[in-house]
Amino acid sequence: MAMIELKVNGLAYKTEVRLKSTLLEVLRERLGITSPKMGCNEGDCGACSVLLNGVFVRACITNALTCNGKEVITVEGLAQPGEIHPLQKTFVELGASQCGFCIPGMIIAGKDLLDQNPNPSREEVKRGISGNLCRCTGYQKIVDSIIAVSRQMDEKIS
Amino acid sequence: MTGRVIGKRVRRYDGMAHTTGESKFVDDVIVPGTLTIKVLRSPVHKGTIKNIDTSAAEASPGVASVITAADVPFNAWGVIPDQPVLAAESVRFKGEPIAAVAATDEDAALEGISRIRLDIDEEEPVFDPLEAMKPDAPKVRPEGNLFIFDGRPYRKVVFGDIEEGFRSADLIVESEYFHPAQEHAQIEPMVSLAVPDSSGRLTVYTVGQAPYWNLGMLSNILKMDPRDVRYEQWAGQTRNNWPINSSSGRIKMVGGTVGGAFGGKTDMHADHIPTVMALKIGRPCKWRWTREEDLKYSTYRGPWIIHFRDGVKKDGRIVAREIKAIREAGAYSSLNPYVTDKYCFLATGCYFIPNVRVRGYCVFTNKPPASSMRGFGITPSSVTTELQMDKIAETIGIDPWEIRFINAYRKGDQTPGRRVINSVALIEVMQALAEKAGVKLSDRLKAMTSSDRRK
Repeated sequence: MAMIELKVNGLAYKTEVRLKSTLLEVLRERLGITSPKMGCNEGDCGACSVLLNGVFVRACITNALTCNGKEVITVEGLAQPGEIHPLQKTFVELGASQCGFCIPGMIIAGKDLLDQNPNPSREEVKRGISGNLCRCTGYQKIVDSIIAVSRQMDEKIS
Repeated sequence: MTGRVIGKRVRRYDGMAHTTGESKFVDDVIVPGTLTIKVLRSPVHKGTIKNIDTSAAEASPGVASVITAADVPFNAWGVIPDQPVLAAESVRFKGEPIAAVAATDEDAALEGISRIRLDIDEEEPVFDPLEAMKPDAPKVRPEGNLFIFDGRPYRKVVFGDIEEGFRSADLIVESEYFHPAQEHAQIEPMVSLAVPDSSGRLTVYTVGQAPYWNLGMLSNILKMDPRDVRYEQWAGQTRNNWPINSSSGRIKMVGGTVGGAFGGKTDMHADHIPTVMALKIGRPCKWRWTREEDLKYSTYRGPWIIHFRDGVKKDGRIVAREIKAIREAGAYSSLNPYVTDKYCFLATGCYFIPNVRVRGYCVFTNKPPASSMRGFGITPSSVTTELQMDKIAETIGIDPWEIRFINAYRKGDQTPGRRVINSVALIEVMQALAEKAGVKLSDRLKAMTSSDRRK
């Protein structure tokens, strides 16, 4: 066992972890932050995606000890308290969320993509979310939502 | 209602909570002190359990309890109650649960599992449904490898006069189609949490698509139904009139937030073992399947072999259809008999055929149980019927659109299950489809409507 310090969605935590604990286990079971989901626990489905110091990672294959002193963002922390991020709003408005299990990871993938490429083509969006599996929607409306948000951001800048 | 909803974009009632992470799926419910369950699954496809020694597992650090079939008050579940919670003697598929360990964490539970000594005699399995149908095949179940539908080893649907239909036909178009198995692969794996309280009541958090079926099954497994249910007469019986609608005021089901299912969660995959365990030891218990367990051992759309023999007129009318359909069920009934029924009643697809004879077999093999997936038997009907329509069109040299128009259900037609069709728009749908696809239909097809009565 070892102690690590983590900042999650703006709050500082100190928590005890085992040498083999994953970041996903710590977020869900120690800190009660359950938006990153365990879909496969082997890095394939992307349901556990989070931002670690701004970098897109799969929490289920990220060792918790290596996260000491770092900052984690999940969908709970995308917007200021009481507000929602444009991706969250647009996913609901365009019907991109069905069962919802993949959606927190999918929104993190969308956020990561738009951070790096604010004006992606449809192909680039598809490639950007290709590590995140959704079994309900067929991806169409998810891609539509991310494109719609990129256009909104565009309008705000110009 | 109309003004408010139709033609308008409607938000999902739970959509916002899904995007903000506030939705609580079963695995997101975290109750302090919850023990982790792991299950010893059968290492063989078919066998007889000689002995299970759990003493070393019980002594393993962190293990709170180990349960086997002997701990289950009534060891049968299913819409047709032929599946044990934990195998008592016979094992019918590789991966069938035999014993369960509850421990302080996953590592301790897995260590406990590894210390169970299982003495099992391996027997010859059967994997091919055609082999399983032979009289001398290894028996998946003592009563035989065919599900019995109302006294027959197949579901029989007869409509019109099949012999007369074939006599009036100009030619016969015969084919055999294989429809493979398919996994639901929903993103949320099977998981269940059972939380007992001090009065012996339980709250069960389920991923089930049919929580009240599961409530009925759990009431039966725990013999909690307040009515006088004589459970023993149902055990192992492939009968479908058992008290699935049992209930118990001592069990509260919490469900409805399901991370994808597609028919894969109509069966009670995970609720029974944590419930039995939680009640035995008085602690909350969670059983979460790994993705590998989910892919290997949860239900799936069972495969089909479907043989068509169609009597056809040169003008494109199908006047007779004889079907032999074989549904592979795996080791237990699950929803396979219902799926077979539904296939048989809809074996003509969306077309009117006046003379029909269907035999649908539901065959047990030593594989994990198949079950429902999106349509309960309609998918194999649609896929194979449409392939057959193309083949008939090609055989008699007629346009594939035309043959569908000629045979499409119209108002007043009867299905092989003797439903009279009063509301149908298939011809209109195909006309709209042709227009969108840029297909030019003949004036005759353009003038047809679903309300023209068949002569």
